Amino acid sequence: MPLITLGLAQVNTRLGDVQANLEKHLEWIGEARRGGADLVVFPELSLTGYVLQDLAESVALRPNRDDPVFRRLLTASKSIDIMLGFVEAERRQRFYIAAAYLSRGEVIHVHRKVYLPTYGLFDEGRFFAWGDHIQAFETRFGRFGMLICEDFWHASPPYLLWLDGADVLLFASASPGRGLHSEPRLASARWVEQINQAYASLFTTFVVHTNRVGFEDGLSFWGGATVFDPDGTLLARGPYHQEALTLVQIDLDQLHRTRARLPLLRDERTALVQRELGRILAHESH
Amino acid sequence: MSDPTQSLEIHTDLAQQILVGFLHTEVTRAGFERLVIGLSGGVDSALACFLAAKALGPDNVLAVRMPYTTSTPESYEHAGLVLAATGVRELTVPIAPMADPLFELVPPSDLVRRGNILARMRMIVLFDQSAAFHGLVVGTGNKTELLLGYTTLFGDSACALNPLGDLYKTQVWQMARAIGIPEVIVAKPPSADLWAGQTDEGELGFTYAEVDRLLYLLVDERYSPQACVQAGFPRQFVERVVERIRRSQFKRVPPPIAKLSDRTVGYDFLYLRDWGT
Repeated sequence: MPLITLGLAQVNTRLGDVQANLEKHLEWIGEARRGGADLVVFPELSLTGYVLQDLAESVALRPNRDDPVFRRLLTASKSIDIMLGFVEAERRQRFYIAAAYLSRGEVIHVHRKVYLPTYGLFDEGRFFAWGDHIQAFETRFGRFGMLICEDFWHASPPYLLWLDGADVLLFASASPGRGLHSEPRLASARWVEQINQAYASLFTTFVVHTNRVGFEDGLSFWGGATVFDPDGTLLARGPYHQEALTLVQIDLDQLHRTRARLPLLRDERTALVQRELGRILAHESH
Repeated sequence: MSDPTQSLEIHTDLAQQILVGFLHTEVTRAGFERLVIGLSGGVDSALACFLAAKALGPDNVLAVRMPYTTSTPESYEHAGLVLAATGVRELTVPIAPMADPLFELVPPSDLVRRGNILARMRMIVLFDQSAAFHGLVVGTGNKTELLLGYTTLFGDSACALNPLGDLYKTQVWQMARAIGIPEVIVAKPPSADLWAGQTDEGELGFTYAEVDRLLYLLVDERYSPQACVQAGFPRQFVERVVERIRRSQFKRVPPPIAKLSDRTVGYDFLYLRDWGT
Protein backbone atom coordinates (compact mmCIF):
# COMPACT_ATOMS: atom_id res chain seq x y z
CA MET A 1 0.00 0.00 0.00
CA PRO A 2 2.32 2.76 -1.19
CA LEU A 3 -0.03 5.72 -0.70
CA ILE A 4 -1.02 6.73 2.82
CA THR A 5 -2.70 9.85 4.07
CA LEU A 6 -1.47 11.44 7.27
CA GLY A 7 -3.43 13.81 9.49
CA LEU A 8 -1.19 16.12 11.49
CA ALA A 9 -3.27 17.23 14.45
CA GLN A 10 -1.61 20.29 15.97
CA VAL A 11 -3.97 20.74 18.88
CA ASN A 12 -4.10 22.95 21.92
CA THR A 13 -4.60 21.11 25.21
CA ARG A 14 -6.08 21.72 28.64
CA LEU A 15 -3.39 21.47 31.29
CA GLY A 16 -3.99 18.43 33.46
CA ASP A 17 -7.51 17.74 32.15
CA VAL A 18 -7.25 14.32 30.51
CA GLN A 19 -11.00 13.96 30.03
CA ALA A 20 -11.32 17.22 28.08
CA ASN A 21 -8.26 16.35 26.00
CA LEU A 22 -9.61 12.87 25.30
CA GLU A 23 -12.86 14.33 23.95
CA LYS A 24 -10.86 16.60 21.67
CA HIS A 25 -8.78 13.66 20.46
CA LEU A 26 -11.89 11.68 19.60
CA GLU A 27 -13.35 14.65 17.76
CA TRP A 28 -10.18 15.25 15.74
CA ILE A 29 -9.72 11.53 15.08
CA GLY A 30 -13.20 11.54 13.58
CA GLU A 31 -12.40 14.56 11.48
CA ALA A 32 -9.16 13.03 10.24
CA ARG A 33 -10.96 9.82 9.35
CA ARG A 34 -13.64 11.71 7.46
CA GLY A 35 -10.84 13.57 5.67
CA GLY A 36 -9.47 10.25 4.45
CA ALA A 37 -6.51 9.95 6.83
CA ASP A 38 -5.00 6.54 7.50
CA LEU A 39 -2.98 7.79 10.46
CA VAL A 40 -3.52 10.79 12.71
CA VAL A 41 -0.50 12.15 14.61
CA PHE A 42 -0.94 14.15 17.82
CA PRO A 43 1.80 16.15 19.57
CA GLU A 44 3.78 15.41 22.73
CA LEU A 45 1.68 15.01 25.88
CA SER A 46 -1.44 15.66 23.83
CA LEU A 47 -3.68 14.01 26.46
CA THR A 48 -2.33 16.07 29.34
CA GLY A 49 -0.68 19.38 28.42
CA TYR A 50 3.01 20.05 28.78
CA VAL A 51 4.22 21.85 31.92
CA LEU A 52 2.71 19.32 34.28
CA GLN A 53 5.10 19.63 37.21
CA ASP A 54 3.33 18.14 40.24
CA LEU A 55 0.33 17.15 38.09
CA ALA A 56 2.35 14.39 36.43
CA GLU A 57 1.20 11.57 38.67
CA SER A 58 -2.45 12.55 38.63
CA VAL A 59 -2.67 12.42 34.82
CA ALA A 60 -0.62 9.24 34.33
CA LEU A 61 -2.18 6.29 32.49
CA ARG A 62 -1.43 2.67 31.67
CA PRO A 63 -1.78 2.19 27.92
CA ASN A 64 -4.07 -0.82 27.75
CA ARG A 65 -7.70 -1.81 27.42
CA ASP A 66 -8.26 -1.73 31.18
CA ASP A 67 -7.70 1.99 31.19
CA PRO A 68 -10.97 3.82 30.41
CA VAL A 69 -9.19 6.55 28.44
CA PHE A 70 -7.20 4.13 26.30
CA ARG A 71 -10.24 1.90 25.87
CA ARG A 72 -12.01 4.68 23.96
CA LEU A 73 -8.92 5.52 21.95
CA LEU A 74 -8.37 1.87 21.08
CA THR A 75 -11.93 1.62 19.88
CA ALA A 76 -11.36 4.69 17.73
CA SER A 77 -8.19 3.12 16.34
CA LYS A 78 -10.19 0.36 14.65
CA SER A 79 -10.78 2.62 11.67
CA ILE A 80 -7.68 4.83 11.71
CA ASP A 81 -4.19 4.52 13.18
CA ILE A 82 -3.41 6.98 15.98
CA MET A 83 -0.22 8.33 17.50
CA LEU A 84 -0.72 10.34 20.68
CA GLY A 85 1.15 11.66 23.68
CA PHE A 86 0.49 10.85 27.34
CA VAL A 87 2.11 10.30 30.71
CA GLU A 88 2.79 6.61 31.26
CA ALA A 89 2.60 5.23 34.78
CA GLU A 90 4.47 2.07 35.61
CA ARG A 91 4.09 -0.04 38.71
CA ARG A 92 7.01 1.30 40.67
CA GLN A 93 6.13 5.01 40.95
CA ARG A 94 7.98 6.00 37.81
CA PHE A 95 6.34 8.26 35.23
CA TYR A 96 7.37 8.67 31.62
CA ILE A 97 6.62 11.14 28.88
CA ALA A 98 5.37 8.66 26.31
CA ALA A 99 3.92 8.27 22.84
CA ALA A 100 1.63 5.41 21.86
CA TYR A 101 0.87 4.03 18.41
CA LEU A 102 -2.59 2.49 18.23
CA SER A 103 -3.90 0.47 15.30
CA ARG A 104 -6.87 -1.84 14.75
CA GLY A 105 -7.78 -1.76 18.42
CA GLU A 106 -4.30 -2.64 19.68
CA VAL A 107 -1.41 -0.78 21.26
CA ILE A 108 1.29 -1.49 18.68
CA HIS A 109 4.13 0.38 20.35
CA VAL A 110 4.91 2.75 23.21
CA HIS A 111 7.97 4.98 23.16
CA ARG A 112 9.20 6.54 26.40
CA LYS A 113 11.02 9.81 25.95
CA VAL A 114 14.74 9.19 26.35
CA TYR A 115 16.09 12.72 26.48
CA LEU A 116 14.37 14.87 29.10
CA PRO A 117 15.48 18.49 28.71
CA THR A 118 16.35 19.91 32.11
CA TYR A 119 17.87 23.26 31.33
CA GLY A 120 16.68 26.75 30.42
CA LEU A 121 12.91 26.81 30.72
CA PHE A 122 12.71 22.99 30.77
CA ASP A 123 12.50 20.94 33.95
CA GLU A 124 11.41 17.49 32.75
CA GLY A 125 14.14 15.56 34.54
CA ARG A 126 12.76 16.77 37.85
CA PHE A 127 9.37 15.16 37.30
CA PHE A 128 9.86 12.25 34.89
CA ALA A 129 11.92 9.08 34.52
CA TRP A 130 14.11 8.53 31.46
CA GLY A 131 13.07 6.08 28.81
CA ASP A 132 15.78 3.58 27.94
CA HIS A 133 14.84 2.13 24.56
CA ILE A 134 14.74 3.30 20.97
CA GLN A 135 13.02 0.80 18.71
CA ALA A 136 11.30 0.79 15.37
CA PHE A 137 8.04 -1.16 15.04
CA GLU A 138 5.86 -2.72 12.39
CA THR A 139 2.67 -1.01 11.30
CA ARG A 140 0.17 -2.00 8.63
CA PHE A 141 1.95 0.51 6.35
CA GLY A 142 5.53 -0.53 6.98
CA ARG A 143 8.16 -0.04 9.67
CA PHE A 144 7.91 3.22 11.62
CA GLY A 145 9.68 4.87 14.54
CA MET A 146 8.52 7.41 17.11
CA LEU A 147 10.50 10.07 18.98
CA ILE A 148 9.45 12.84 21.32
CA CYS A 149 10.84 16.36 21.03
CA GLU A 150 14.29 16.46 22.69
CA ASP A 151 14.86 12.87 21.50
CA PHE A 152 15.37 14.19 17.99
CA TRP A 153 17.46 17.19 19.07
CA HIS A 154 20.07 14.47 19.51
CA ALA A 155 21.29 12.81 16.33
CA SER A 156 21.56 9.26 17.67
CA PRO A 157 17.86 8.38 18.19
CA PRO A 158 16.83 9.06 14.58
CA TYR A 159 20.00 7.27 13.45
CA LEU A 160 19.14 4.21 15.56
CA LEU A 161 15.58 4.13 14.24
CA TRP A 162 16.93 4.31 10.71
CA LEU A 163 19.21 1.34 11.32
CA ASP A 164 16.33 -0.47 13.02
CA GLY A 165 14.39 -0.27 9.80
CA ALA A 166 12.11 2.73 10.25
CA ASP A 167 11.14 4.29 6.93
CA VAL A 168 8.75 6.80 8.45
CA LEU A 169 9.91 8.77 11.49
CA LEU A 170 7.05 10.18 13.55
CA PHE A 171 8.15 13.08 15.74
CA ALA A 172 5.93 14.71 18.37
CA SER A 173 6.69 17.95 20.18
CA ALA A 174 5.42 20.43 22.69
CA SER A 175 7.97 22.99 21.60
CA PRO A 176 7.76 26.39 23.27
CA GLY A 177 8.59 29.21 20.90
CA ARG A 178 11.82 31.06 21.65
CA GLY A 179 14.03 33.39 19.75
CA LEU A 180 11.94 36.15 18.21
CA HIS A 181 14.25 38.07 15.89
CA SER A 182 13.70 39.81 12.57
CA GLU A 183 12.71 36.60 10.74
CA PRO A 184 8.99 35.86 10.29
CA ARG A 185 9.38 32.59 12.23
CA LEU A 186 10.83 31.83 15.64
CA ALA A 187 14.37 30.53 16.02
CA SER A 188 13.06 27.33 17.64
CA ALA A 189 10.79 26.69 14.64
CA ARG A 190 13.62 27.29 12.21
CA TRP A 191 15.91 24.92 14.12
CA VAL A 192 13.40 22.08 14.26
CA GLU A 193 12.52 22.39 10.58
CA GLN A 194 16.18 22.42 9.60
CA ILE A 195 17.05 19.27 11.49
CA ASN A 196 13.91 17.45 10.35
CA GLN A 197 14.75 18.27 6.76
CA ALA A 198 18.32 17.12 7.41
CA TYR A 199 17.18 13.80 8.90
CA ALA A 200 14.88 13.16 5.95
CA SER A 201 17.75 13.89 3.57
CA LEU A 202 20.50 12.03 5.46
CA PHE A 203 18.42 8.95 6.17
CA THR A 204 16.34 9.05 2.96
CA THR A 205 13.19 8.57 5.06
CA PHE A 206 9.93 10.36 5.65
CA VAL A 207 10.05 12.67 8.65
CA VAL A 208 6.67 13.66 10.08
CA HIS A 209 6.50 16.23 12.87
CA THR A 210 3.52 17.46 14.86
CA ASN A 211 3.90 20.22 17.42
CA ARG A 212 1.21 21.59 19.66
CA VAL A 213 -0.14 25.13 19.83
CA GLY A 214 -1.56 27.33 22.58
CA PHE A 215 -0.11 28.85 25.73
CA GLU A 216 0.87 27.66 29.19
CA ASP A 217 1.73 30.44 31.64
CA GLY A 218 3.22 32.55 28.88
CA LEU A 219 4.97 29.76 26.98
CA SER A 220 3.68 29.80 23.41
CA PHE A 221 3.74 26.61 21.38
CA TRP A 222 4.22 27.31 17.69
CA GLY A 223 2.55 24.45 15.80
CA GLY A 224 3.90 24.32 12.24
CA ALA A 225 3.58 20.56 11.67
CA THR A 226 5.70 19.35 8.74
CA VAL A 227 6.29 16.36 6.51
CA PHE A 228 9.58 15.96 4.63
CA ASP A 229 10.00 13.21 2.04
CA PRO A 230 13.13 11.06 1.51
CA ASP A 231 14.56 13.72 -0.81
CA GLY A 232 14.27 16.28 1.99
CA THR A 233 11.45 18.02 0.17
CA LEU A 234 8.81 19.73 2.28
CA LEU A 235 5.47 18.09 1.44
CA ALA A 236 3.27 20.00 3.88
CA ARG A 237 3.41 22.52 6.65
CA GLY A 238 0.66 23.36 9.12
CA PRO A 239 0.12 26.98 10.15
CA TYR A 240 2.12 28.52 12.97
CA HIS A 241 0.46 29.31 16.32
CA GLN A 242 -3.01 28.00 15.55
CA GLU A 243 -4.84 24.72 15.75
CA ALA A 244 -5.03 22.85 12.47
CA LEU A 245 -5.48 19.40 11.03
CA THR A 246 -3.14 19.15 8.06
CA LEU A 247 -3.84 16.28 5.69
CA VAL A 248 -1.03 15.10 3.45
CA GLN A 249 -0.63 12.06 1.26
CA ILE A 250 2.76 10.35 1.13
CA ASP A 251 3.92 7.84 -1.45
CA LEU A 252 6.04 5.16 0.21
CA ASP A 253 7.45 4.20 -3.19
CA GLN A 254 9.46 7.41 -2.97
CA LEU A 255 11.70 5.51 -0.53
CA HIS A 256 12.75 3.17 -3.35
CA ARG A 257 13.20 5.89 -5.91
CA THR A 258 15.33 8.06 -3.64
CA ARG A 259 17.42 5.17 -2.39
CA ALA A 260 18.06 3.95 -5.93
CA ARG A 261 19.54 7.35 -6.68
CA LEU A 262 21.17 7.81 -3.30
CA PRO A 263 22.05 4.50 -1.58
CA LEU A 264 23.09 6.01 1.75
CA LEU A 265 21.34 3.27 3.70
CA ARG A 266 23.00 0.49 1.68
CA ASP A 267 26.42 2.05 2.18
CA GLU A 268 26.13 2.84 5.87
CA ARG A 269 29.10 1.20 7.69
CA THR A 270 27.33 0.04 10.83
CA ALA A 271 30.09 -2.35 11.93
CA LEU A 272 32.57 0.49 11.64
CA VAL A 273 30.28 2.70 13.74
CA GLN A 274 30.02 0.01 16.38
CA ARG A 275 33.77 -0.59 16.45
CA GLU A 276 34.63 3.10 16.65
CA LEU A 277 31.94 3.76 19.28
CA GLY A 278 33.42 0.93 21.32
CA ARG A 279 36.87 2.47 21.00
CA ILE A 280 35.63 5.98 21.81
CA LEU A 281 33.64 4.87 24.85
CA ALA A 282 36.54 2.83 26.14
CA HIS A 283 38.47 6.07 26.57
CA GLU A 284 36.77 7.85 29.42
CA SER A 285 38.29 11.20 28.57
CA HIS A 286 35.71 11.49 25.78
CA MET B 1 32.20 39.88 13.02
CA SER B 2 28.48 40.62 12.79
CA ASP B 3 27.00 42.78 15.52
CA PRO B 4 25.07 40.41 17.82
CA THR B 5 22.94 43.28 19.12
CA GLN B 6 21.38 43.50 15.64
CA SER B 7 19.16 40.72 16.98
CA LEU B 8 17.27 43.32 19.04
CA GLU B 9 15.32 43.88 15.86
CA ILE B 10 12.12 41.85 15.92
CA HIS B 11 9.52 40.75 13.43
CA THR B 12 6.71 42.91 14.72
CA ASP B 13 3.84 41.04 13.02
CA LEU B 14 4.92 37.76 14.59
CA ALA B 15 5.37 39.45 17.98
CA GLN B 16 1.91 40.93 17.70
CA GLN B 17 0.35 37.60 16.76
CA ILE B 18 1.91 35.89 19.78
CA LEU B 19 1.13 38.69 22.25
CA VAL B 20 -2.48 39.07 21.12
CA GLY B 21 -2.89 35.28 21.37
CA PHE B 22 -1.32 35.35 24.82
CA LEU B 23 -3.68 38.06 26.10
CA HIS B 24 -6.76 36.42 24.67
CA THR B 25 -5.88 32.94 25.92
CA GLU B 26 -4.69 33.85 29.38
CA VAL B 27 -7.71 36.06 30.06
CA THR B 28 -10.38 33.72 28.79
CA ARG B 29 -8.95 30.60 30.45
CA ALA B 30 -8.96 32.49 33.77
CA GLY B 31 -12.70 32.90 33.26
CA PHE B 32 -12.65 36.56 32.18
CA GLU B 33 -13.37 38.37 28.94
CA ARG B 34 -12.12 41.81 29.84
CA LEU B 35 -8.96 43.74 30.58
CA VAL B 36 -8.19 46.82 32.64
CA ILE B 37 -5.20 48.98 31.88
CA GLY B 38 -3.68 52.12 33.35
CA LEU B 39 -3.08 54.52 30.48
CA SER B 40 -0.27 56.94 31.29
CA GLY B 41 0.23 58.55 27.92
CA GLY B 42 3.55 56.74 27.54
CA VAL B 43 4.52 54.24 24.89
CA ASP B 44 4.40 51.08 27.05
CA SER B 45 0.80 51.42 28.17
CA ALA B 46 -0.15 52.66 24.70
CA LEU B 47 1.23 49.48 23.13
CA ALA B 48 -0.36 47.28 25.79
CA CYS B 49 -3.68 49.03 25.16
CA PHE B 50 -3.48 48.47 21.40
CA LEU B 51 -2.70 44.79 21.96
CA ALA B 52 -5.49 44.43 24.52
CA ALA B 53 -8.00 46.01 22.14
CA LYS B 54 -6.97 43.63 19.39
CA ALA B 55 -7.10 40.62 21.71
CA LEU B 56 -10.49 41.16 23.37
CA GLY B 57 -12.12 43.92 21.32
CA PRO B 58 -12.21 47.59 22.39
CA ASP B 59 -15.50 47.19 24.25
CA ASN B 60 -13.86 44.71 26.57
CA VAL B 61 -10.96 46.95 27.53
CA LEU B 62 -11.18 49.66 30.16
CA ALA B 63 -8.36 52.21 30.03
CA VAL B 64 -7.99 54.31 33.16
CA ARG B 65 -6.26 57.69 33.24
CA MET B 66 -5.05 58.61 36.70
CA PRO B 67 -3.51 62.08 36.63
CA TYR B 68 -1.92 63.72 39.66
CA THR B 69 -1.59 67.48 40.07
CA THR B 70 2.04 67.42 38.93
CA SER B 71 1.37 65.20 35.90
CA THR B 72 2.09 66.98 32.65
CA PRO B 73 -0.97 67.86 30.55
CA GLU B 74 0.71 66.08 27.61
CA SER B 75 0.46 62.75 29.41
CA TYR B 76 -3.30 63.15 29.68
CA GLU B 77 -3.59 64.29 26.08
CA HIS B 78 -1.42 61.51 24.73
CA ALA B 79 -3.49 58.95 26.61
CA GLY B 80 -6.48 60.55 24.88
CA LEU B 81 -4.88 59.89 21.50
CA VAL B 82 -4.65 56.20 22.40
CA LEU B 83 -8.28 56.15 23.51
CA ALA B 84 -9.35 57.72 20.24
CA ALA B 85 -7.23 55.37 18.15
CA THR B 86 -8.28 52.16 19.91
CA GLY B 87 -11.88 52.96 20.82
CA VAL B 88 -11.53 51.27 24.21
CA ARG B 89 -13.68 52.28 27.16
CA GLU B 90 -12.30 55.01 29.36
CA LEU B 91 -12.37 56.29 32.90
CA THR B 92 -10.48 59.12 34.56
CA VAL B 93 -9.70 58.95 38.28
CA PRO B 94 -7.55 61.81 39.56
CA ILE B 95 -5.42 60.49 42.39
CA ALA B 96 -4.66 63.74 44.24
CA PRO B 97 -7.66 63.23 46.59
CA MET B 98 -6.16 59.86 47.55
CA ALA B 99 -2.48 60.75 47.67
CA ASP B 100 -2.53 64.22 49.20
CA PRO B 101 -4.06 63.18 52.54
CA LEU B 102 -1.29 60.60 52.93
CA PHE B 103 1.36 63.17 51.99
CA GLU B 104 -0.04 65.43 54.72
CA LEU B 105 -0.29 62.65 57.28
CA VAL B 106 3.17 61.19 56.67
CA PRO B 107 5.14 63.66 54.53
CA PRO B 108 7.55 61.76 52.25
CA SER B 109 11.11 62.96 52.65
CA ASP B 110 12.13 62.48 49.03
CA LEU B 111 10.81 62.36 45.50
CA VAL B 112 11.21 58.60 45.17
CA ARG B 113 8.92 57.95 48.13
CA ARG B 114 6.38 60.34 46.68
CA GLY B 115 6.68 58.66 43.30
CA ASN B 116 6.21 55.21 44.81
CA ILE B 117 3.10 56.35 46.64
CA LEU B 118 1.61 57.69 43.41
CA ALA B 119 2.40 54.44 41.61
CA ARG B 120 0.74 52.44 44.39
CA MET B 121 -2.34 54.67 44.46
CA ARG B 122 -2.77 53.92 40.77
CA MET B 123 -2.45 50.21 41.53
CA ILE B 124 -5.29 50.51 44.07
CA VAL B 125 -7.52 52.19 41.49
CA LEU B 126 -6.72 49.62 38.79
CA PHE B 127 -7.34 46.58 40.96
CA ASP B 128 -10.60 48.08 42.20
CA GLN B 129 -11.63 48.63 38.60
CA SER B 130 -10.58 45.05 37.93
CA ALA B 131 -13.34 43.97 40.31
CA ALA B 132 -15.85 46.58 39.09
CA PHE B 133 -15.29 45.90 35.37
CA HIS B 134 -14.67 42.14 35.79
CA GLY B 135 -11.41 42.46 33.92
CA LEU B 136 -7.81 41.44 34.56
CA VAL B 137 -5.17 44.14 35.02
CA VAL B 138 -2.69 44.22 32.15
CA GLY B 139 0.90 44.97 33.10
CA THR B 140 2.90 47.37 31.00
CA GLY B 141 6.41 46.74 32.35
CA ASN B 142 9.03 45.98 29.70
CA LYS B 143 12.13 43.79 29.94
CA THR B 144 14.51 46.73 30.39
CA GLU B 145 12.56 48.00 33.40
CA LEU B 146 12.25 44.53 34.85
CA LEU B 147 15.97 43.85 34.60
CA LEU B 148 17.01 47.23 35.93
CA GLY B 149 14.38 47.14 38.68
CA TYR B 150 13.17 50.49 37.41
CA THR B 151 9.68 49.94 38.71
CA THR B 152 7.67 50.35 41.91
CA LEU B 153 7.06 47.06 43.70
CA PHE B 154 3.29 46.61 44.19
CA GLY B 155 2.87 49.79 42.15
CA ASP B 156 3.27 49.89 38.37
CA SER B 157 4.70 46.36 38.48
CA ALA B 158 1.46 44.94 39.91
CA CYS B 159 -0.64 43.17 37.29
CA ALA B 160 -2.47 39.96 36.48
CA LEU B 161 -0.57 39.32 33.27
CA ASN B 162 2.18 41.06 31.36
CA PRO B 163 2.43 41.02 27.57
CA LEU B 164 5.51 43.29 27.32
CA GLY B 165 7.87 41.77 29.90
CA ASP B 166 10.02 39.99 27.31
CA LEU B 167 10.45 43.06 25.07
CA TYR B 168 13.24 45.56 25.63
CA LYS B 169 12.27 49.23 25.56
CA THR B 170 13.75 49.73 22.11
CA GLN B 171 11.70 46.74 20.92
CA VAL B 172 8.59 48.33 22.44
CA TRP B 173 9.34 51.40 20.34
CA GLN B 174 9.79 49.25 17.24
CA MET B 175 6.45 47.51 17.83
CA ALA B 176 4.70 50.75 18.73
CA ARG B 177 5.69 52.29 15.40
CA ALA B 178 4.70 49.17 13.48
CA ILE B 179 1.30 48.99 15.15
CA GLY B 180 0.54 52.63 14.40
CA ILE B 181 0.82 54.36 17.77
CA PRO B 182 0.95 58.15 17.24
CA GLU B 183 4.55 59.24 16.69
CA VAL B 184 4.30 61.98 19.31
CA ILE B 185 3.98 59.21 21.93
CA VAL B 186 6.76 57.04 20.54
CA ALA B 187 9.21 59.87 19.98
CA LYS B 188 8.98 61.70 23.31
CA PRO B 189 11.53 61.06 26.07
CA PRO B 190 10.23 58.24 28.30
CA SER B 191 9.14 59.38 31.74
CA ALA B 192 7.29 57.92 34.70
CA ASP B 193 5.96 61.50 35.13
CA LEU B 194 6.04 61.17 38.91
CA TRP B 195 7.59 64.61 39.39
CA ALA B 196 8.23 67.63 37.21
CA GLY B 197 11.06 67.20 34.74
CA GLN B 198 11.59 63.49 35.47
CA THR B 199 12.82 61.38 32.57
CA ASP B 200 13.80 57.71 32.65
CA GLU B 201 17.09 58.26 30.90
CA GLY B 202 17.95 61.24 33.12
CA GLU B 203 17.24 59.25 36.24
CA LEU B 204 18.98 56.08 35.06
CA GLY B 205 22.01 57.95 33.75
CA PHE B 206 22.14 56.20 30.37
CA THR B 207 19.95 55.83 27.31
CA TYR B 208 17.68 52.90 26.53
CA ALA B 209 19.44 52.44 23.21
CA GLU B 210 22.74 51.92 25.07
CA VAL B 211 21.49 49.80 27.92
CA ASP B 212 19.29 47.56 25.75
CA ARG B 213 22.30 46.59 23.64
CA LEU B 214 24.22 45.76 26.81
CA LEU B 215 21.32 43.88 28.44
CA TYR B 216 20.81 41.89 25.27
CA LEU B 217 24.40 40.66 25.43
CA LEU B 218 24.36 40.01 29.18
CA VAL B 219 20.98 38.33 29.41
CA ASP B 220 19.93 36.92 26.05
CA GLU B 221 23.38 36.11 24.70
CA ARG B 222 24.87 35.19 28.11
CA TYR B 223 27.99 37.29 27.66
CA SER B 224 30.12 37.70 30.78
CA PRO B 225 30.59 41.31 31.97
CA GLN B 226 34.21 41.05 30.83
CA ALA B 227 33.12 39.95 27.35
CA CYS B 228 30.78 42.97 27.19
CA VAL B 229 33.73 45.25 27.94
CA GLN B 230 35.69 43.51 25.19
CA ALA B 231 32.73 44.03 22.88
CA GLY B 232 33.16 47.78 23.37
CA PHE B 233 31.03 48.81 26.35
CA PRO B 234 32.73 51.07 28.94
CA ARG B 235 33.73 49.03 31.99
CA GLN B 236 32.09 51.42 34.45
CA PHE B 237 28.79 51.27 32.56
CA VAL B 238 28.85 47.46 32.50
CA GLU B 239 29.61 47.26 36.21
CA ARG B 240 26.85 49.70 37.08
CA VAL B 241 24.26 47.80 35.09
CA VAL B 242 25.34 44.39 36.40
CA GLU B 243 25.13 45.65 39.96
CA ARG B 244 21.74 47.19 39.30
CA ILE B 245 20.42 43.88 38.02
CA ARG B 246 21.76 42.03 41.06
CA ARG B 247 20.40 44.50 43.58
CA SER B 248 16.92 44.51 42.07
CA GLN B 249 16.51 40.71 41.93
CA PHE B 250 14.09 40.92 44.88
CA LYS B 251 11.63 42.74 42.63
CA ARG B 252 11.55 39.87 40.17
CA VAL B 253 10.78 36.98 42.51
CA PRO B 254 8.06 36.23 45.06
CA PRO B 255 9.10 36.83 48.68
CA PRO B 256 11.08 33.90 50.10
CA ILE B 257 9.19 31.55 52.38
CA ALA B 258 10.92 30.08 55.42
CA LYS B 259 10.89 26.31 54.89
CA LEU B 260 9.62 24.22 57.81
CA SER B 261 7.34 21.48 56.49
CA ASP B 262 7.88 18.60 54.06
CA ARG B 263 6.37 20.56 51.20
CA THR B 264 6.47 24.29 50.67
CA VAL B 265 4.42 26.44 48.34
CA GLY B 266 6.54 27.64 45.45
CA TYR B 267 9.45 25.25 46.05
CA ASP B 268 8.07 21.75 45.80
CA PHE B 269 4.38 22.48 45.46
CA LEU B 270 4.61 23.24 41.77
CA TYR B 271 1.69 23.95 39.49
CA LEU B 272 1.30 26.46 36.69
CA ARG B 273 -1.26 29.18 37.08
CA ASP B 274 -2.97 27.70 34.02
CA TRP B 275 -3.54 24.44 35.91
CA GLY B 276 -6.74 22.74 34.75
CA THR B 277 -7.45 25.22 31.96
